[in-house]
Amino acid sequence: MPQVTVTVNGQTHSVDVEARTLLVELLREKLRLTGTHVGCDTSQCGACVVHMDGESVKSCTLLAVQAEGAQITTIEGLAAADGTLHPMQEAFREYHALQCGFCTPGMVMSAIDLVNKNPEGLTEHQIREGLDGNICRCTGYHNIVKAVSAAAEVMHGRSAELTPAA
Amino acid sequence: MYDFAYHKPTTIADAVKILSEDPDAKPISGGMTLLPALKHRLNQPTALVDLGGIAELRGVKREGDAVVIGAMTTHYAVATDPLVKQFIPALARMASTVGDTQVRNRGTMGGSLANNDPAADYPAAAIALGATFITSSRRIAADDFFLGMFTTALEPGELLVAISFPIPEKAGYAKLRNPASRYSMAGVFVAKGPAGVRVGVNGAGPCVFRQKEMEAALSANWSASALSGIRQSAEELNSDIHGSAEYRANLVEVMAKRALAGAG
Repeated sequence: MPQVTVTVNGQTHSVDVEARTLLVELLREKLRLTGTHVGCDTSQCGACVVHMDGESVKSCTLLAVQAEGAQITTIEGLAAADGTLHPMQEAFREYHALQCGFCTPGMVMSAIDLVNKNPEGLTEHQIREGLDGNICRCTGYHNIVKAVSAAAEVMHGRSAELTPAA
Repeated sequence: MYDFAYHKPTTIADAVKILSEDPDAKPISGGMTLLPALKHRLNQPTALVDLGGIAELRGVKREGDAVVIGAMTTHYAVATDPLVKQFIPALARMASTVGDTQVRNRGTMGGSLANNDPAADYPAAAIALGATFITSSRRIAADDFFLGMFTTALEPGELLVAISFPIPEKAGYAKLRNPASRYSMAGVFVAKGPAGVRVGVNGAGPCVFRQKEMEAALSANWSASALSGIRQSAEELNSDIHGSAEYRANLVEVMAKRALAGAG
């Protein structure tokens, strides 16, 4: 059985897995990090999005062995050790950017990748396009867009507080 | 998903060796199509040969009058690469519309081309730009590469290494994207380059094809008005729950005009 070594939220794990084990199965079932969700299991919904070496990926469409040596960040790894939320998490709370919350972990992880890759700022259209790979079945997109817009300003140091960009 | 053996070679030669010795082994690049297929048990390879460890398969470089893109270069890397943006901006823009963000972060140009999904984007660009496919053993012209639905000229054990795109004078692409699958319902890539005017169509037929009437018209007059009299035949086009062959034929005409309007 292959062994895979990954660093998840700063902690390195070496785990025996079957070659067919998905990254999301490694995270949820072996490492018990159940914040990463499985919605569709067909690469459509984005509930399983995590960061691999800083880029958002769908962990249901990635073999655990393909992540060998990678740095993985899950929703559990975003908040500071003292519990201070990441600005994106804080914005989702502040703008009520969730209804049932199932899609939220993936939505937050995708949104952070989107903001990181667009330091010059994001229009509403760019945010909607950029979150194309994440589906909110409650259809709560409106507040999600507001939250991402506000978090982007904080993450890039243009605003100390969460206010929607003009 | 059935289980399989897993190999992660670091050289093209090692990958070719494993694939040649086991006809039921499959290469995996980004896995954006292969892994969903494996989950549905549509495929049962004995082994997967992960190309992710082969550094020489990645990256973009300029070679003379061409831009050469490594097969394992991701859609995101193609979309944001300075050379691609400078010399073939239509190709960079196309890459930025493949799938969704996460597909673009993992999926690769070579994987998409070797898979030859009828609705994939890149085949239309490859055929319109007159690309050359560089494999582990030879060079194949784009016109000889795409043989039919999900079928290419690649032999078992032959790996796609890079794709060389001659720099065009002008090129543009437009597609109508299926909002659910994000695949092209019909897409048209127009290019005016060293091999003349070429028009590649994806999504509409069982395999990418050249629209030669449009090529002739645009060779004489590179403008949308040259396309106004041309009718795309619906014969042999795809007909499914998403759209009839006639609808797709009309889309080809509309997308060709949009591609031309956006060609830079």
